[in-house]
Amino acid sequence: MKRSAPLLLRRAVKRAAELIIILIILSFLVFALMYAAPGDPAEKRLTSQGIVVTKEILQAERERLGLLRPFFVRYGEWLGSIARGDFGVSFKDDMPVAGKLAAGLKNTLILSSLSLLISLAAALPLGIVSAVRQDGPADHLIRVVSFVGNSLPNFLISVLLMYFFCIRLKLLPVIASGNLRGLLLPALSLAIPLASRFVRQIRSELIGELQEEYVTGLRARGVRERYVIWKNVLYNSLGHIVTMAALAVGTLMGGSVVIETVFRWPGIGKLVMDSINARDYPVIMGFVLIMGTIYMGVNLLADVIAGILDPRILNTQK
Amino acid sequence: MKIKRSVSDQRKKQRYRIIAASAAAVILIAVALLAPMLSPNDPYRTNSAIIRHAPCAAYPFGTDNLGRCVLSRVLMGARTTIAVTFFLVAVSFVIGTAIGLLCGYYGGRIDDLLMRVADIMLAFPQMVIAIAVAGILGGGIAGAMTALGITMWTGFARLSRSHARTLRGMPYIQAALLSGKSGPYIMLHHILPNVLEPLLTNALTQIGTTMIGISGLSFLGLGIVPPQAEWGSMISESRAYIQIAPWAVLFPALATILTILVFNYLGDAVMEYRMAERHT
Repeated sequence: MKRSAPLLLRRAVKRAAELIIILIILSFLVFALMYAAPGDPAEKRLTSQGIVVTKEILQAERERLGLLRPFFVRYGEWLGSIARGDFGVSFKDDMPVAGKLAAGLKNTLILSSLSLLISLAAALPLGIVSAVRQDGPADHLIRVVSFVGNSLPNFLISVLLMYFFCIRLKLLPVIASGNLRGLLLPALSLAIPLASRFVRQIRSELIGELQEEYVTGLRARGVRERYVIWKNVLYNSLGHIVTMAALAVGTLMGGSVVIETVFRWPGIGKLVMDSINARDYPVIMGFVLIMGTIYMGVNLLADVIAGILDPRILNTQK
Repeated sequence: MKIKRSVSDQRKKQRYRIIAASAAAVILIAVALLAPMLSPNDPYRTNSAIIRHAPCAAYPFGTDNLGRCVLSRVLMGARTTIAVTFFLVAVSFVIGTAIGLLCGYYGGRIDDLLMRVADIMLAFPQMVIAIAVAGILGGGIAGAMTALGITMWTGFARLSRSHARTLRGMPYIQAALLSGKSGPYIMLHHILPNVLEPLLTNALTQIGTTMIGISGLSFLGLGIVPPQAEWGSMISESRAYIQIAPWAVLFPALATILTILVFNYLGDAVMEYRMAERHT
């Protein structure tokens, strides 16, 4: 432990530096893609305001939005202001993008953390039972259910849940409101495929761990099975479980775009869909960068935690 | 103590699973190919007289908001989904493998650069990239395929690269080099055949994921756009009147679930078979 701590720190600093480089490259790619994208935001903006578009008005609007300046000038300015936390103003309504993103992010965070919590709470016991009672009836049932759950696209789950619970049974509201009742279906739509994937991952991780020689050693010495599983096997797998949960954050980000659109939950996913439809480029660019930063940050943090929990992981990385 | 099932019995069972899953997949592909012949009605003909008609003899799955036959559209949708998925996986396979082989075999600066690009792609949630790219490109089949393909090639590239790197040092490759074979020849004739099996397994497991991605993007209006029949966009279109005509949502949903289940099961079965092979 003493020797691994500085190694861990070095790794973390190196990863953080890499993260910044990756983000800069990414910002360039996103910007280039926006630049080359079809559709004219100036025209879209004018028509959405009900203005009859003439050549002069269009040109003036493009000038005003700064769409006419050279590519690298625009990229440089954009990157510079982002570094100061300024994501520019929305093409749609001139509101600052940073404020819009922050408001959406808060709601998305509520929904995503609820889903992650549900997923872990369901998947941990099921995965453990499945691994410990391998090839038993419970394991078979859990494997079938998690296989099916893992194959379901979340938009489908959301539509089906909505149909059965809101329309057929009339138990829950169709549009997600702030309270727990309204959040239940969107959270479940995200959690069902995620929990299923977790169960599969936890099961195979634990089965692998149970085959380690130290487990045989402990059993041979007459250590109680429950003790072996809870104090040794599970503890040793904790690092991998943390990594697994961190990677799932990426899945949640993609999924929340779909689910928030279906349930009209005012999160960052719904915001980006609205912005895509309005060709509101500053918001889309901000979304990609924020999501990228959070995802990479969470994974960096998870790697550090996993490294502390299980120093063996450090030896397998790179 | 539980008596362990004998290894050969287990292998036989695994083989049966693969055969059963393959048979189901072949049936689905056949349905997709024969869709125009199997459809009882024209999937694109609208008919204002029979809007949102419940399932009946002439329209076994009912009709949608424009009076189109849902069964015919589900069948044609199989064609769209399966064709787009296979095409996309195949293209990612070829491009990724080519990049991986070149990087692994030659190494050097190109290897560093391309693997860095792959790292960047993997450092990022796939669906977020896909939604942003498809959104910026403005929807459509080509946009959705680009959006998903941008990250998919990396899997094939990494796999073939790592194999090419280990195989490069093998004596038989040295022998081929000494007998005057060129780099591309060696890659195609001596390395590729040895990498093909893991690559094909990877391709198989990508099919289900790709279907989920394509239908998800279409559901958001960023993939295949109406009137072209595709399950995701059909569900999205019919969602608004699910209360009146649930069949227009439920049948495409069932088709999607069934298809993804079959291909995922096939992928799982093959993976398990190969894993067991490595252990014995």
